[in-house]
Amino acid sequence: MNMLVYLIPIALFLGGLGLCAFLWSLKSGQYEDLEGASWRMLRDDPPE
Amino acid sequence: MSCCAPGAEGSFDRPLPSSAELKLASRIVGPGLRQTDLSVPQVHCGTCITAIEKALNGLPLVERARVNLSMKRVTIIWKEKVGNEPADPAILITAIVGATGYDAHLFANMEDAGDMLQRDLIRAVAVSGFAAANIMLLSVSVWSGAEASTRDLFHWISAMIAAPALIYGGRFFYQSAWKALRGGRTNMDVPIALAITLSYAASLWETMHHGEHAWFDATVSLLFFLLIGRTLDHVMRDRARAAITGLARLSPRGATLIGADGSREYRAIEDITPGDRIAIAAGERVPVDGVVETGASDMDVSIVNGESAPKPVKPGDQLQAGTLSLTGSLVLRATTAAKDSFLSEVISLMEAAEGGRARYRRLADRAAQYYSPAVHLLALAAFLCWGFIGGDWKQAMLVSIAVLIITCPCALGLSVPVVQVVAAGRLFKNGIMVKDGSAMERLEEVDAVLFDKTGTLTLGRPRLLNIDRIDEKHLALAAGLAVHSRHPLSQALAHAVSGPVVIFETVKEIPGQGLESTTPTGIYRLGNRYFALSGPDEASPGNGLSETVLSLDGREIATFRFDDMPRPGAQSVVASLSAKGFETGMLSGDRREVVANLAIRLGLHHWQAELSPKQKAQFCTSLAEKDRKVLMVGDGINDAPALAAAHVSIAPATATDIGRQAADFVFMHDSLEAVPLAIDLSRRAGRLIRENFALAIGYNIVAVPIALAGYATPLIAAIAMSTSSIIVVANAMRLNGALTKSVPSNAAQSLGEGARLA
Repeated sequence: MNMLVYLIPIALFLGGLGLCAFLWSLKSGQYEDLEGASWRMLRDDPPE
Repeated sequence: MSCCAPGAEGSFDRPLPSSAELKLASRIVGPGLRQTDLSVPQVHCGTCITAIEKALNGLPLVERARVNLSMKRVTIIWKEKVGNEPADPAILITAIVGATGYDAHLFANMEDAGDMLQRDLIRAVAVSGFAAANIMLLSVSVWSGAEASTRDLFHWISAMIAAPALIYGGRFFYQSAWKALRGGRTNMDVPIALAITLSYAASLWETMHHGEHAWFDATVSLLFFLLIGRTLDHVMRDRARAAITGLARLSPRGATLIGADGSREYRAIEDITPGDRIAIAAGERVPVDGVVETGASDMDVSIVNGESAPKPVKPGDQLQAGTLSLTGSLVLRATTAAKDSFLSEVISLMEAAEGGRARYRRLADRAAQYYSPAVHLLALAAFLCWGFIGGDWKQAMLVSIAVLIITCPCALGLSVPVVQVVAAGRLFKNGIMVKDGSAMERLEEVDAVLFDKTGTLTLGRPRLLNIDRIDEKHLALAAGLAVHSRHPLSQALAHAVSGPVVIFETVKEIPGQGLESTTPTGIYRLGNRYFALSGPDEASPGNGLSETVLSLDGREIATFRFDDMPRPGAQSVVASLSAKGFETGMLSGDRREVVANLAIRLGLHHWQAELSPKQKAQFCTSLAEKDRKVLMVGDGINDAPALAAAHVSIAPATATDIGRQAADFVFMHDSLEAVPLAIDLSRRAGRLIRENFALAIGYNIVAVPIALAGYATPLIAAIAMSTSSIIVVANAMRLNGALTKSVPSNAAQSLGEGARLA
């Protein structure tokens, strides 16, 4: 029972971290060109 | 198409946006920085990205450039000044064309609002998904035996997670439900909003009183599932819209005005007033209606009457906005302002015609019309029965909430969008774009198909007929002359000859007549019969789109005959549609004999010739009054009112902007096979949606009595809801498995062709 006091906040924090990561990736436009991204990773020259 | 090799397809036959036009269309993003978004419809692979970005980033004025392959767009941030010189944005376009040979053009930037809503929805899905997963974890602990204070703690945590998710994710449903209720109607969102609110309130009350059951998990996972449905519905609409506007060739944003003193000034189209003199070079579109003052040219008037034969114009002739000058430059006196021009007239005709379509109610909304009152009555009845008979009003409240949760319209809210998204994805793979889900529902009901002629049943491009009967030497001569012209017949001639062509050094184009070149051997002329033979030939008067004569010093060398090319598969498509019991017909603005000839050849049931845009629309409405559901397939501006008036409409990608905007479906390939394919898939999608409704009703018949009897614990509600959602989604996915037929053609190829012809 006492463990729950630590475990539940940890679980929520980790979940929240994932949520924030997703919202950040959405905001920074990483889902805007999925087709282009799949080509870009095959490119040899260094990204600018 | 060979992939994006430099100069692979040097298609300079379309006018590129001018420097002034680009500047007008760009927006300021920082001090001295401007952003321009260009549409490059032919971009299709990684090499294209590299080629374009390398070319653009190499330019001194470019701050940064990025290609978006999904949207087929290039976003360029450029500096207004390089050093002390003002930068010329026209190089941006020439750089793209130079690097890839693809056209780049401006497009109407108008769907930003839609993008915002989509982002909001996705964020709401993420938040409610996070909440649902965490609450479900806590609920599982409760179900597996957490008791007393532990259970209360878990319930409290759940309540705290659920509250923000409900406000953040539920607002879409609350807003829509409120709008419906205020208008005295009810829609699908009313039972949804009611169920999530009531179940949350009751669970909170239970939690405060150390109750055993709380429905936080059901509340939030319901919200999560329904938000997914809502988002899918939106994404589908948005993607098609983006792809269609990406193709759009904008009507000119401005024009070069000639002042009284002969000065030239580039002005936005809204600032043109009647009486202004406008200079139009070969390859430019006419910005407003006007009268020719000086100059002569061949005009591409396909935007007005749908026919591809150019019309020669001379001083004094009327010109409509949107027509394209092919061969000569003109000075025009504007007779109307932009908002009163021909284009605006067509648009108002379309708006008048659209009434019938606006009245169409979505399948899900029609179902909700019966569903939501039934659900509310049932919940109310359960509440009253348990209250009066059992006497325990708290228990009565819990039962009616269980009924609301169990019956919540997952099948309607989730399965319809899922089926339609899967169907739209399949159509997309076959080069067909759907504007929205209701288009598929309407297409399913169609029982008559009407086609436009030029550009729809035919490709609207002339084809050289008698190529076998002409000497190769003469072909090479004619093609050598023809490459110098933009006239459609010249282009067809130049395309038809694959071998080497004779090089002419100086070629003069006489607008409305033809081409002329003086060589040591004599004067070669290629053009209409009158011009080429420098004298009237009474026997066979040339009529524009049928023949071209090559002559040397006024003596005929060869005559080239042209005909419009029927779209691939036109005949088989008409035959298969008739075989399936559709009535077929053709509505054309062309001459009677030409239309009759083609109608008989293709085996169409009905045909109407020499129709004005208004008559076309009236024909559609008259059929609708006879309770026929008409599918209109057309491309021109003259078809746009009919496209809007028909029950549902399809346009090829080669259609004019307005034609594409008016149509519900747009197909990218040349072949007309897209029409039966779209009908077929829409019917399958409709069948799946009805199957899902049946599944949902069956599920309710089993689950509702359990809820009514008071046995629906949160665990049972959660299981029932998830299984029903998974079943309808799985059923929708069956659409992906079947139907293996696809149109074997290169999408990028026809897209490119489309963009160039548009």
